[in-house]
Amino acid sequence: MTEPRIDLQVDSLDVRFPGKVRQDSRAGYAGYIVQPETLVEFSSALRDQLGFRYLSSVTAVDYLAEDLMEVVYHAYRLEGGPGIVFKSQVPRQDPRLPSLVPLFPGAEFQEREAWDLFGIRFEGHPDLRRILMWEGFHGHPMRKDWHEAYYEEEVKPFKNRWPEGQVYRIEDKVPFGHNVSYPSEFSPEGWVPEEDVALYAGLGKIQGDGNGKGSELETEKIIINLGPQHPSTHGVFRMVARLDGETVVDLRPVMGYLHRNHEKIGERNTFLMNMPFTDRLDYFCSMGNNFGYALAVEKLMGIRPPERAEYIRVMMAELTRIINHMLAIGFLLNDLGAYFTPVMYCFNERELILDVFEAVSGSRMMCNYFRFGGVARDLTDATFSMVRELVTERLPRKLDELERFLVMNEIVRERSIGVGVLTAEQAIGFSAAGPVLRASGVPYDVRRAEPYSIYDRLEFDVCVRQHGDIYDRYLIRFDEMRQSLRILQQVVRDMPSGEIMTGKPQYQVRVPAGESYGRVENPKGELGFYLVANGKANPYRYHVRSPSFINLTSLAQMCRGQKIADAVVILGSIDIVLGEVDR
Amino acid sequence: MYGSGVIKGMLVTGKHFLDTYIEDIRYLGRRSESFATRQSAKAKGVFTVQYPEERLPVPEEFRFIPFLVYEEGPEGQKLDRCTSCGICAKVCPPQCIWIVRSTHPETGRPIPEPTEFFIDVDICMNCGLCAEYCPFDAIKMDHDFELATYERARTNIFDKERLSKPVAYYASIRPQNYGREEAIRAEKEAAKAAKPA
Repeated sequence: MTEPRIDLQVDSLDVRFPGKVRQDSRAGYAGYIVQPETLVEFSSALRDQLGFRYLSSVTAVDYLAEDLMEVVYHAYRLEGGPGIVFKSQVPRQDPRLPSLVPLFPGAEFQEREAWDLFGIRFEGHPDLRRILMWEGFHGHPMRKDWHEAYYEEEVKPFKNRWPEGQVYRIEDKVPFGHNVSYPSEFSPEGWVPEEDVALYAGLGKIQGDGNGKGSELETEKIIINLGPQHPSTHGVFRMVARLDGETVVDLRPVMGYLHRNHEKIGERNTFLMNMPFTDRLDYFCSMGNNFGYALAVEKLMGIRPPERAEYIRVMMAELTRIINHMLAIGFLLNDLGAYFTPVMYCFNERELILDVFEAVSGSRMMCNYFRFGGVARDLTDATFSMVRELVTERLPRKLDELERFLVMNEIVRERSIGVGVLTAEQAIGFSAAGPVLRASGVPYDVRRAEPYSIYDRLEFDVCVRQHGDIYDRYLIRFDEMRQSLRILQQVVRDMPSGEIMTGKPQYQVRVPAGESYGRVENPKGELGFYLVANGKANPYRYHVRSPSFINLTSLAQMCRGQKIADAVVILGSIDIVLGEVDR
Repeated sequence: MYGSGVIKGMLVTGKHFLDTYIEDIRYLGRRSESFATRQSAKAKGVFTVQYPEERLPVPEEFRFIPFLVYEEGPEGQKLDRCTSCGICAKVCPPQCIWIVRSTHPETGRPIPEPTEFFIDVDICMNCGLCAEYCPFDAIKMDHDFELATYERARTNIFDKERLSKPVAYYASIRPQNYGREEAIRAEKEAAKAAKPA
């Protein structure tokens, strides 16, 4: 079927919107700068006429010297290929932009984050509240002129560490209580959590209260909170649900309890210092996080790692995928009532893979293994043969066993088939990524859509399932583990010898000015790092497009109309890690 | 048949259950020998060990809290490898290293050894970057991970005394790394010796 395509080219968008859209001509930058009033028109043209239906990332940059705030959008085509980046600039004093939520519902949480951290108002946003900070918080922390409580200097390394390092603890210099400020008219003692009032009111508005107009028995709707401390939420995460009996009428996720402003820390750090910090995002997949960050910086530096390093990287990333999916499956079954037996069986295999990580990187979880232009250490023969044995013998056998264990289990099937359905259209709209997107019938995998590293020469299939329910999200993780094993077997077979680093290892890398967006297919979805460098030793802007966070945008949609007990399982099937959600 | 999935699953559990006993009987009385199998791809049965009575060996690359390497002089004096160049303090991501550089008492010029060296181990994130980028092999990551204390305000800032460990200790925990570094060192010495001639 051929659709009538209006004559519109990606490289001539500035001609189509004269005076409103111009090419971004700053050195090292790409894409378009769109006037705020044209933003909606421009992005709907992108979506409907050019096929950029997947809005991957929305973030902002504070250009203090130019007195500008810039909102940066990355959109992709689901058929694959490079994406398009477009930006809109607003004055710092009164930053206002039209919201893109009506076009791309997946922008909802990301625009809220930009409001929270940068103070940019998105007009037309349905629910523009703070998302990571609490509302007694003073200011917008990602602005360049905002300083944290334990502020020492603008950038690391701090000057007082060497050569006259008089040791002190920062809390002795800034005692507790002296490190907080509140907005004017805010009193921490007399404060009533207004956010909750607004939150509960918002939940009521969505569906109406059904004041006896229906034919059914009138029931009172109640609001219940799951979390922040609740065993089913896998961390400090809160779901506020409005229930009619046992049925979820509406649901809102509340997050930010584990927020540490990773991005601000990242902007104080030098490029290399960020590498161990990325481990702490999704702490099950530290190798995958390292991969994404290394790619983004290497893109800026214009280097590529040597062949052997590429193979080692892919090996580690795929082992990570197996670990993560094992755990995802284990905890999902735990939520379904299988208790800890499946988790423990999965942990056995994870132990062995973590032994490999420990042997190569020195740490089981916080690997910090990737460097710009290579990896930190070479594989020893013993480790390599351990990996070979794992991927050719043990893991395929154990996967079969795990599949025999519970895949055909009647209770699992009845609890999960047809529950928490997300259709393909919805999944794309909500910018869902990874297994959530692919279980809804969208065969989109960054490893194939925009191949990085050596994925273009590896043989594997993009897994896809059609129903978009919990059961499919469960099964697709088996499929992906099998494909990972297939990749690993090829990597083990073809592992070349040679160098593991391009150039000499440096602790202070030279990164030219510019922007880059490095994205990888992390086990939980598309992990992106948006970096802006200004030629100095520290990134000017460091943003993480975290798949756990953005996948949560679709949680409410999946939960509506389901039973409250299923909401727990639906959350489990998205597979979030709070270290990455809250950053 | 309805219920066959449940039964199949129970068989898997049953097999795991039996495996734990088979492994226990096989290694009866020599349990420590089972750890090598436990950490290989052939592992079966129970994966847990009875820490702290039983311990799994850590791999050579395992890293936890840095220490300073010193060489022992002929009369037992501690000769720091550290030249207080400050690279570790500059590369440290959480900035937990404080170094005081020595200066010559008369000329006031810096001399290559540290007067003081502090690491706040509460802040240290065990990333290992200091050890990786030290050009003098003077700071290395330790294997000793049992550092729990009752008091943190004073004990958890390690000073030079607490951090220093002899090179023999380093050679014992990281024999391969040590061998590699010594080979490079010997090569450099040889090159140096050959140059004037």
